[in-house]
Amino acid sequence: MALQDKDRIFTNLYGYQSWSLDAARARGDWDNTKALLERGQDAIIQEIKDSGLRGRGGAGFPTGMKWSFMPKESRDGRPSFLVINADESEPGSCKDREIIRHDPHKLIEGALVAGFAMRARAAYIYIRGEYIREAETLQAAVNEAYAAGLVGKNASGSGYDFDVFVHRGAGAYICGEETAMIESIEGKKGQPRLKPPFPAGAGLYGCPTTVNNVESIAVAPTILRRGASWFSSFGRENNKGTKLFQISGHVNKPCVVEEEMSIPFSELIEKHCGGIRGGKDNLLAVIPGGSSVPLVPAEQIWDAPMDFDGLRAVGSGLGTAAVIVMDKSTDIVRAISRLSYFYKHESCGQCTPCREGTGWMWRVMERLREGDASVDEIDMLWNVTKQVEGHTICALGDAAAWPIQGLIRHFRPEIERRIAEKGAMREAAE
Amino acid sequence: MADRHLYPDSPELRARWGNFAWTEANAAKAKEVVARYPEGRQRSAVMPLLDLAQRQVGAETNTQGWLPIPVMEFIAAYLDMPVIRVVEVATFYTMYNLIPVGRFHVQVCGTTPCMLRGSDDLISACKKRGMPTGGVSQDGLWTFTEVECMGNCASAPMVQINDDNYEDLTAERLDAVLDALARGETPKAGTQEPGRHTVEPSGALSNLTAMVSENHDYRGEW
Amino acid sequence: MPKVKVDGVELEVPAGATVLQACELAGKEIPRFCYHERLSIAGNCRMCLVEVKPGPPKPQASCALPASEGQEIRTDSEMVKKAREGVMEFLLINHPLDCPICDQGGECDLQDQSVAYGRGSSRYHEHKRAVTEKYMGPLIKTVMTRCIHCTRCVRFSEEIAGVDEIGALYRGEATQISTYLEKAAKHEMSANVIDLCPVGALTSRPYAFEARPWELKKTLSIDVSDAIGANIRVDARGREVLRILPRINDDVNEEWISDKGRYMADGLGKRRLDRPYIRLDGKLVPVSWAEALAAVAKIAPGNSVAAVAGDMVDAETMFAAKKLVNALGGSLLEGRQTGLAYDCSNLAAVNFNTTLNGIETADAILIVGSHIRWEAPLLNARLRKAVKRGAKVFVIGPKWDTTFPAEFLGEDADILNLLPAHVWAALNGAARPALIIGGAALAKGALEVGLSIAEQLKLVRTLDDGTVWNGFNVLHMAASRMASLMLGYAQKGGIADLVAAKPKMLLSLGADEVDYTKFADSMIVYVGHHGDKGAHAADVILPAAAFTEKSGTYVNTEGRVQIADQAVFAPGEAREDWTILRAMADALGVNVGFDSFDELRAAMTAAVPALGVEGLADYGALPTGVTGKAAGTIAYPIKDFYLTNPVARASETLQRCSAELLHGAEPQAEAAE
Ligand SMILES: Cc1cc2nc3c(=O)[nH]c(=O)nc-3n(C[C@H](O)[C@H](O)[C@H](O)COP(=O)(O)O)c2cc1C
Ligand code: SF4
Ligand code: FES
Repeated sequence: MALQDKDRIFTNLYGYQSWSLDAARARGDWDNTKALLERGQDAIIQEIKDSGLRGRGGAGFPTGMKWSFMPKESRDGRPSFLVINADESEPGSCKDREIIRHDPHKLIEGALVAGFAMRARAAYIYIRGEYIREAETLQAAVNEAYAAGLVGKNASGSGYDFDVFVHRGAGAYICGEETAMIESIEGKKGQPRLKPPFPAGAGLYGCPTTVNNVESIAVAPTILRRGASWFSSFGRENNKGTKLFQISGHVNKPCVVEEEMSIPFSELIEKHCGGIRGGKDNLLAVIPGGSSVPLVPAEQIWDAPMDFDGLRAVGSGLGTAAVIVMDKSTDIVRAISRLSYFYKHESCGQCTPCREGTGWMWRVMERLREGDASVDEIDMLWNVTKQVEGHTICALGDAAAWPIQGLIRHFRPEIERRIAEKGAMREAAE
Repeated sequence: MADRHLYPDSPELRARWGNFAWTEANAAKAKEVVARYPEGRQRSAVMPLLDLAQRQVGAETNTQGWLPIPVMEFIAAYLDMPVIRVVEVATFYTMYNLIPVGRFHVQVCGTTPCMLRGSDDLISACKKRGMPTGGVSQDGLWTFTEVECMGNCASAPMVQINDDNYEDLTAERLDAVLDALARGETPKAGTQEPGRHTVEPSGALSNLTAMVSENHDYRGEW
Repeated sequence: MPKVKVDGVELEVPAGATVLQACELAGKEIPRFCYHERLSIAGNCRMCLVEVKPGPPKPQASCALPASEGQEIRTDSEMVKKAREGVMEFLLINHPLDCPICDQGGECDLQDQSVAYGRGSSRYHEHKRAVTEKYMGPLIKTVMTRCIHCTRCVRFSEEIAGVDEIGALYRGEATQISTYLEKAAKHEMSANVIDLCPVGALTSRPYAFEARPWELKKTLSIDVSDAIGANIRVDARGREVLRILPRINDDVNEEWISDKGRYMADGLGKRRLDRPYIRLDGKLVPVSWAEALAAVAKIAPGNSVAAVAGDMVDAETMFAAKKLVNALGGSLLEGRQTGLAYDCSNLAAVNFNTTLNGIETADAILIVGSHIRWEAPLLNARLRKAVKRGAKVFVIGPKWDTTFPAEFLGEDADILNLLPAHVWAALNGAARPALIIGGAALAKGALEVGLSIAEQLKLVRTLDDGTVWNGFNVLHMAASRMASLMLGYAQKGGIADLVAAKPKMLLSLGADEVDYTKFADSMIVYVGHHGDKGAHAADVILPAAAFTEKSGTYVNTEGRVQIADQAVFAPGEAREDWTILRAMADALGVNVGFDSFDELRAAMTAAVPALGVEGLADYGALPTGVTGKAAGTIAYPIKDFYLTNPVARASETLQRCSAELLHGAEPQAEAAE
């Protein structure tokens, strides 16, 4: 049974209606938020734990558990902070943008609820710099919330003081990584920090900090209102709730849509995207979770449940649920090589394997695209991806390695074909 | 994709920008921005202030704006931080223009989701119009940059021109937008697909149909 | 104290140790490029990867990982070997293969480790990256294509020097290390990045292409460019000193030296007095040693003799000269060339008692009359550490560019007589308060007030942990100062007493800062090594050895006795100072009581036993009941950091630093190579 509209959290996802406070309130946001807070910090965290919500930023870490890592009492008077990750720069991902420009009050209310639960004194919403109009909307919504007394001093009449600030990025994918984001808010280059210490111990300004994705935060008030059992009634065990899917590439109708977790790929595509361009048989491969996860060939993805475990089972991952669909017209080597270029472009340059490896991998990929290589260079490239993977400070290195590994795993014959073809042409020319 | 480099320092540059200071409106904005961060953490404001400064330069030069070295020095002094740290930030983040750009900075997304839906055509269209990469067209109007994923993948391919996105483009639709801009008009931003509103499935809606005509409250159905 | 296992061997490591340190304690060497004991941890080179259980199934950066109870660390597994090889390969793909023309060759971490961990041949067939050169000033030569982005140089200038001027610009593989607008690095310790750079990206500009490390004879010595006594290594080939490098001494200079101490080496071979001279008809003419000594004999001063010691002389030279003066029946000895005349009856009162190491833990510091950055750059680095730990610093004296937050109270020495209430409160409330009195304040009578403040504020106290804290300090600028005071080179009225005595013969021991016009009636015998101010005023010049050309004992401003070895021989006919003084005694017909350097040293330590024991001398307790008043506007004595002594003034490198960094001259283009 597919998700019904009444169970969709982001009812203004497509922006047919106004984002403004009055309209948001009419849809149910900011409805006696004070009462939500009155349940108390521990009860809120428990409810989120019970709901089975896992982080929507890509790694899928259980959200309630993450909140519970925050100190209950301030040691040495340091405040705690909530940082909301609206950097959304992973190729294929485009859901947080819709929340921000069409339903910003869900996010701001979520910020208050989550911030209160983790005893934070303020939330910084880090929005990617390129979301210029989106940041304008978000700032305007924050201003509305302040003016209405919903946040700020005595937020929503709860007696709790809580600030919400918008911080704009300026063009760097790496700032989506939580510690790079913290560095960036502190006014530095977005270069990830070494862990430990983890942000919950020493994050923004050295204070306890939790970083959560926009969607993770924005769904929290609804979960509290409708109950953990409502949220966990969707999806399979360990993969609960509703989820924003973003389908791009070769489908007839690309879109962003809120669906039940674990919905089969085929159903997602047929129901909301008008099917694969040229029909099911024209499907070549799918990158199901944003550029960082390995591609899955058509035959393996078709019936796969779109959730953390289902996609892991086919050697990939749910990531941000950014589904990039590729039909048989796709130059698959180029499609992945272009992602390699992306990672080279976005490497922060701090640590050796990523700084040097991303460029190397991209250059080899470009030659493979042309067939301008020898077959053993495929193995060498595989080996280089393994030299990057697991050896870097942050997960960007892994993210750069995996798409290439996925390509070699599933499309090696195609790469070899190009090499052979080029070789034959060269011979013919001689 | 252009190689980034700092604009050379020179007496002329100093003469032109050495006296950079906030306009009255921006001075107020700068103050407001700094106040978002805790006492003594004013350095956090370096990114928003570089953006503000770039916009001010843009307003003065009738372009998207860029960051001459003396302007970076101004920001460093304003925030009481070492200039080298400001330069690090300015060179790290791609949205800071390190060299002058045109009236319109045409940034075509070339990453895979856009590529799959035809960003090659958009790039050729720009090239055909003579837009230089990392420079300004003769008429002062255009600077072209191929950029990485802009988060508009469900309405790809797309281009960002200064502050607005134009989505669901084809070469023809892009040309229409660019022509309108060149004429001094303000074309409608967002999707250029007829009948499409934002990122819903085009044509018949698959969900949330009640929202189209009214601000529907679903709570009664819970 | 957590217990860990390294390659199967269990050991206990200190709390707070990293996994890398644990491995070293276990005798396992961990390769590294970015990690450096004295800098913050960057963890960016990824060379130090090891396998750690419990933990994720991938190698961990050992430099950044805290060692914790029960860890099983492997440095020898297949995973570790692969990881190191991988990182090494990445470092090399864009590194030029120019070792044969690289000055780092032979002492390059990358070269050494590629032998240990590198693959035989390269699998990288793409174009290598080229990075444009960056100008970093007269001292640092850059070949940025060789940079491996370890960011040691960035961290050094930000953290240790406190002058944020080097950064990593751009990002990804385009990252470039640069100074701001490629301006020269502008602080007194800038060249330390040369030692820190693990590859040949930053090398010594003056030393470029001079020598290979294995050709050099290395001698342990002491820096005489200021009163800190940094421990150095003098590298020489034949008679020529080619470079000076810091040695590690945590109590003194950690592992840094000032740019002046380093590049004075260039002045050692220039403007040398390499033969005797005498003044004939107002002109200095070269003569033989016999003629010169005959000229000394001819002065026949009787007991009308005085000696003045320069800033860089060793204790042995001063002691030998003292014996000579005494043998002649004289007693006028002075080392404070420019006229200072503070009371030296209690040496504890003119010593840096807190010690260089100790001052790092001070929590409130009042500096009176010292431009620390110029007078003692290495102390400045210590003060910066103290401030990072929370110390408050106040300064009386003209403003200078501190590398830490400090409050300037004014230029009038009078401020010390009645300190502002908040300053008093800060010092009074501190657990480890310290007062630092510089030369410029001594000149304004600040010593006595300082001592009375020390008594009132109990700057000497027993701390909670039972150790004694002495927060009273005098900061000297001359390497010879403390030894000269221990040897009695201090007249009550200072050098004015010598002037008033109108000695027939004034013996100048490399004293180049004296106003010799006041000694118009004296015959001046100059025993020194450079053709500087002293030589110009001399009637007889007896060419002597520079500090690298003799063994000698030095006592730094904290009373630390240290011994320097001879690295090379003095040039031409120049001789070691003590032999010259011994020969003068013969010429003048007196007996000084030693015939060899060992005898001289034995006599010296018999007279002043503290000079025979390396380490901190014990000067006893501070005097009590002292009162006085300071008055006058404080003016720092150093006008040009780079040119404070005759060796430095002879150095083309330091002249260039002075011109370019202090006087705004155009950077000199690099000679074509
Ligand atoms: C290179 C890199 C980029 C990332 N980009 C994003 C991003 O754009 N948005 C996001 O929410 N999380 C991103 N993440 C994940 C965050 O580090 C973090 O796990 C997430 O914000 C946690 O939120 P959640 O627990 O709500 O999922 C990124 C991680 C890496 C390594
Ligand atoms: S220049 Fe040297 S010290 Fe600086 S980052 Fe490069 S390799 Fe490291
Ligand atoms: S790939 Fe172009 S907007 Fe995402």
